[in-house]
Amino acid sequence: MPKDDGIGASTKRREDVRFLTGNGRYTDDINLRGQSYVHFLRSDVAHGRINGIDTATAAAMPGVLKIFTAADFAAAGGIPCGWQVTDRFGKPMQEPKHPILADGKVRHVGDPIAAVVAETYEQARDAAEAIELDIEELEPVIDMVAALAPDAPKVHDDLASNLCYDWGFVEENREAVNAAFESAAHVVSLELTNNRLVANPMEPRVAVGDYDPWGDNHTLYTTSQTPHVIRLLMGAFVLNIPEHKLRVVAPDVGGGFGSKIYHYAEEAFCTYAAKVLKRPVKWTSSRSEAFISDAHGRDHKTKIELALDGDHNFLAIRTDTYANMGAYLSTFAPSIPTWLHGTLMAGNYKTPLIYVNVKAVFTNTVPVDAYRGAGRPEATFQLERLVDKAARELGVDPVELRRKNFIKADQFPYQTPVAVVYDTGNYDATLDKMLELADYANFDARVAESKARGKLRGFGIAHYIEACGIAPSNLVGQLGARAGLYESASVRVNATGSISVYTGSHSHGQGHETTFAQVVADMIGVDATSIEIHHGDTSNTPMGMGTYGSRSLAVGGSAIVKATNKIIDKAKKIAAHLLEAAPEDIELKDGKFSVAGTDKSVDWTGVTLAAYVPHNYPLEDLEPGLEETAFYDPSNFTYPSGAYGCEIELDPETGKIDILRFIAADDFGNIVNPMIVEGQVHGGLAQGIGQALMENCVYDDQGQLLSGSFMDYAMPRADDVRGFTVDHSCITPCTHNPLGVKGCGEAGAIGSPPAVVNAAIDALHRAGHSHISHIDMPLTPSRVWAAMNS
Amino acid sequence: MHNFEFVKPSTLADAVAALGDGEAQPLSGGQTLIPSMKARLNAPGLLVSLTGIAELKGVCREGDMLVIGAATTHATVAADAAADFPGLAALAGQIGDHAVRNRGTVGGSLANNNPSACYPAAALGTGATIVTNAREIAADDYFQGMFTTALEEGEIITSIRFPIPQKAAYAKFLQPAPRFALTVVVVAQYASGVRVAVTGASEGGVFRWAEAEAALSAKFDADAIAGLSHSSDGMISDLHGTPEYRAHLVRVMTQRAVRAAL
Amino acid sequence: MSHVKMKVNGRDVSASVEGRTLLSSYLRDLLGMTGTHVGCDTSQCGACVVLVNGQAIKSCTAFAADLDGAEVTTVEGMANPDGSLGRIQQAFQDYHGLQCGFCTPGMVMSTAALLAENPKPTEEEVRHYLEGNICRCTGYQNIVRAVMAASGQDAGALAAE
Repeated sequence: MPKDDGIGASTKRREDVRFLTGNGRYTDDINLRGQSYVHFLRSDVAHGRINGIDTATAAAMPGVLKIFTAADFAAAGGIPCGWQVTDRFGKPMQEPKHPILADGKVRHVGDPIAAVVAETYEQARDAAEAIELDIEELEPVIDMVAALAPDAPKVHDDLASNLCYDWGFVEENREAVNAAFESAAHVVSLELTNNRLVANPMEPRVAVGDYDPWGDNHTLYTTSQTPHVIRLLMGAFVLNIPEHKLRVVAPDVGGGFGSKIYHYAEEAFCTYAAKVLKRPVKWTSSRSEAFISDAHGRDHKTKIELALDGDHNFLAIRTDTYANMGAYLSTFAPSIPTWLHGTLMAGNYKTPLIYVNVKAVFTNTVPVDAYRGAGRPEATFQLERLVDKAARELGVDPVELRRKNFIKADQFPYQTPVAVVYDTGNYDATLDKMLELADYANFDARVAESKARGKLRGFGIAHYIEACGIAPSNLVGQLGARAGLYESASVRVNATGSISVYTGSHSHGQGHETTFAQVVADMIGVDATSIEIHHGDTSNTPMGMGTYGSRSLAVGGSAIVKATNKIIDKAKKIAAHLLEAAPEDIELKDGKFSVAGTDKSVDWTGVTLAAYVPHNYPLEDLEPGLEETAFYDPSNFTYPSGAYGCEIELDPETGKIDILRFIAADDFGNIVNPMIVEGQVHGGLAQGIGQALMENCVYDDQGQLLSGSFMDYAMPRADDVRGFTVDHSCITPCTHNPLGVKGCGEAGAIGSPPAVVNAAIDALHRAGHSHISHIDMPLTPSRVWAAMNS
Repeated sequence: MHNFEFVKPSTLADAVAALGDGEAQPLSGGQTLIPSMKARLNAPGLLVSLTGIAELKGVCREGDMLVIGAATTHATVAADAAADFPGLAALAGQIGDHAVRNRGTVGGSLANNNPSACYPAAALGTGATIVTNAREIAADDYFQGMFTTALEEGEIITSIRFPIPQKAAYAKFLQPAPRFALTVVVVAQYASGVRVAVTGASEGGVFRWAEAEAALSAKFDADAIAGLSHSSDGMISDLHGTPEYRAHLVRVMTQRAVRAAL
Repeated sequence: MSHVKMKVNGRDVSASVEGRTLLSSYLRDLLGMTGTHVGCDTSQCGACVVLVNGQAIKSCTAFAADLDGAEVTTVEGMANPDGSLGRIQQAFQDYHGLQCGFCTPGMVMSTAALLAENPKPTEEEVRHYLEGNICRCTGYQNIVRAVMAASGQDAGALAAE
């Protein structure tokens, strides 16, 4: 039985108190003395040549302080890309310039052209309307396949084409995979799209730049998942400000889901303009602006094929994918369809040969980057749709086809043909658990019950494997990452025994302030309320790589464990001195140090006080104080996996699909706070179900965003998603991090889309619509009805 | 949004006088107007709030009519029309969400005539009379295409007179993003016959479906229109539905409304 | 500019506003009460919901000048007199009905409005009532549980669990 606030306890979240009473401090809640406001004049055409920008009238309008254009940033660097992918011919990807304000051309609707800073936001916006633009419209490229035609207009005139890279993985297997298909007993194929999405955290992005001439110091307050990364990228590559003169603060952040990882132009602008104007400069995105300036997610077009032998063993997988990069390369964009996607194509199966081809394409659309799951949902969707289709075509049970090809529990560690080594897992166990919770055995009776009401019921299964807790730095360095992907932590024990923990991870809804305190409390045996977790401010936390890719506990938590172990080691030495014993004889339990086999002991505060008031202290051997820093670089990814089951009811008159139940049986390894883990899965499921049934980011052929607000981009509401049952009792602990934990943040969004679509196809087939082998997401009522009536 | 002068008269006469300014627009609940002003699609020089005028508010029965003040909120209609005209109360209670219903008004909705708003179908489906400060307009003459009505510049809706039907119901199919109508059908049965009004579906805004009215007037039963299909010509095509799909929904939702009414 | 007085969470306040000053801006920018959030510009997300004269409205879609004299309750006014979490707030913490906290003010205020109208709502009624409040983090299940618990009902008895 875990303690109320130790590892394994569903400790209530301490951060909730401030959020529930209106005392959260989000970036837009920060207002600095003398603050000015910026409005970005953004392109309303997808592709155009800027022949002139006349700001004279606008500059004379009330309250206007200055209007910036690209010319003001001639000395600045562009927005950098953090990952360089090498193509299948050994050449680096094509990497375009990404100016802070559009320089010469506009390349997507929303591309910022000019920035008006004024005394008030409305004055800035009024003046922006008075800027006279002379933009020569150019033909845009929106469709990825058309963008690769030899005569297609080029998004970037100085690049050879719109192809960012043509990536093959594993390139050496290409011919062997083709040969396996030649001789296979069965080949199943599927063409699909992974619909473009907008992350839409409920807090729109905000940036406040501040400059203090007293010490030539810059501060940026920003809605970021990765404040240290922003400091590094913006300081070193864009504005040439060394880290010690640049502080980046990401205070309470209202959700991210990937979209707040990246370094955005608005951050660099506000930081720079604050120095130019000697006044704080604030930008608050509206939701409509967010739709055309936040990085989007997904947007793949794929053909996937599966070769099977006569006994239905998987022999080979081959995929062809087009991945949209948008108009510029966002921070991690090139890595998503490659290393975060191709390496997952083995899924939970022992397929010996895999070849993945990805063509990344520039188009006149908003940049595309990681969104919850990032590459892994795309891989899982293809694979789990295809396995379901294979079962249907072969006339076998989709459960049994999966089981037959699963990597079995006794085969771990398992080297896949796509580079990664899964450390642990038990896929049969999660599948069994899911089917039990879903009462799958009695599903047919429920189908009949629905049928009696004129409805079609379906059950869809999906399995997923995820590689998260990114990542061994030396490995990702070989793969093109331009940063290390460790995490760091400092643990400062104060004289009276309270503990301040500083982490490079960033919490924007994940509850780190609660869970990380549980970990430290458990290790030392003190009350969690005496522990404070600090994050999000580069001036007081050690270097951090931030929070994304389900890495905070596995990597950031491991750094905290490492630093806490250093604290315990030193504290034991102090205790040994105080107790006149050898350090190796000191035991720490429930916050008390005792000499093994004796009743001699000193409590935690006796040791911490000695560390800071070292009157009776081994000063010749040990420094005073009790503060330690650790960096943790993982030796492998962690591999959460799970079985998902979705039960839906479809109204054949309207095509509308209702989620009845959704069962998630996950293996996340050890769990620190079950309540929070369950909440993470719920949120992921809602986003995955949203992708499957509702959400769709759509451009017309001229590059106008048709789904540019909540009026057309359908966000799941409380009555759209329901019936979640979440189980995490199947545990195979991670073998290579100290807590034995895997990531849980993205799983729900990875495993749920194929489960929903498989359920819809199941319902349709049971009702005799056997001609429908696939419907592209989102499965809107109109699309489902059209498929049924085609 | 652009700035504007704001006045809040307490009598209809003062409101009408204030709206004589060519830059002026009336503000009722503002649930559509304010977002459009934020997007700078609408920039009145003067906003005349109608929310302080007591004579524009309230639900009252006058014989076989339910008379609703134009500045009455959807929430009030949902509550106060329930006894006399439950179908209308139900429709009002499904508009937007609870917070929108506490601000949005029936008059504002009819003056705006959004093609996916619910009230136009209620007014047309019941053959209501739109009463303004200047005249009375029959619903059949009032709606003139999406966002277009018979209202003149400066003319204010003061109340709507809904003939109370023998039976009525509506069926709504949601556009999932804003949860407005993808297709909404109001069916109302009177001694003189059945009226069917459809909103959300057509590029021309709210319309009556004559074939269904004839069939349902002959026999008020969902099966009576099972064989009918509405043409997809002129139906809205967007991310959320094809013209064919909307035309199909017109029949399905009409049948559901009839079943709900019975 | 006109002078607008209100009573916010029981306190008399006043500020000079432009015609275009929204209630959300009156609260956040003029009174410095940043508990109320703005998450969209199309009156869809509900992060800005407050009670005005006891009724929930979207504070981003109402002009302050139109609400002169109103009594307003915001999330800052939902705690107990001793400062501890109020009944609804406590239920949201107990059932993990929030993650990033950004939609939370609107959720809490909509819940207050719901329970005032309907003290013992069903799960279906809760889900329907909250349709105007978008949450991107929780998947709503724990929010629904929290609302059920705040109404004194069994929070564990959601359908199909």
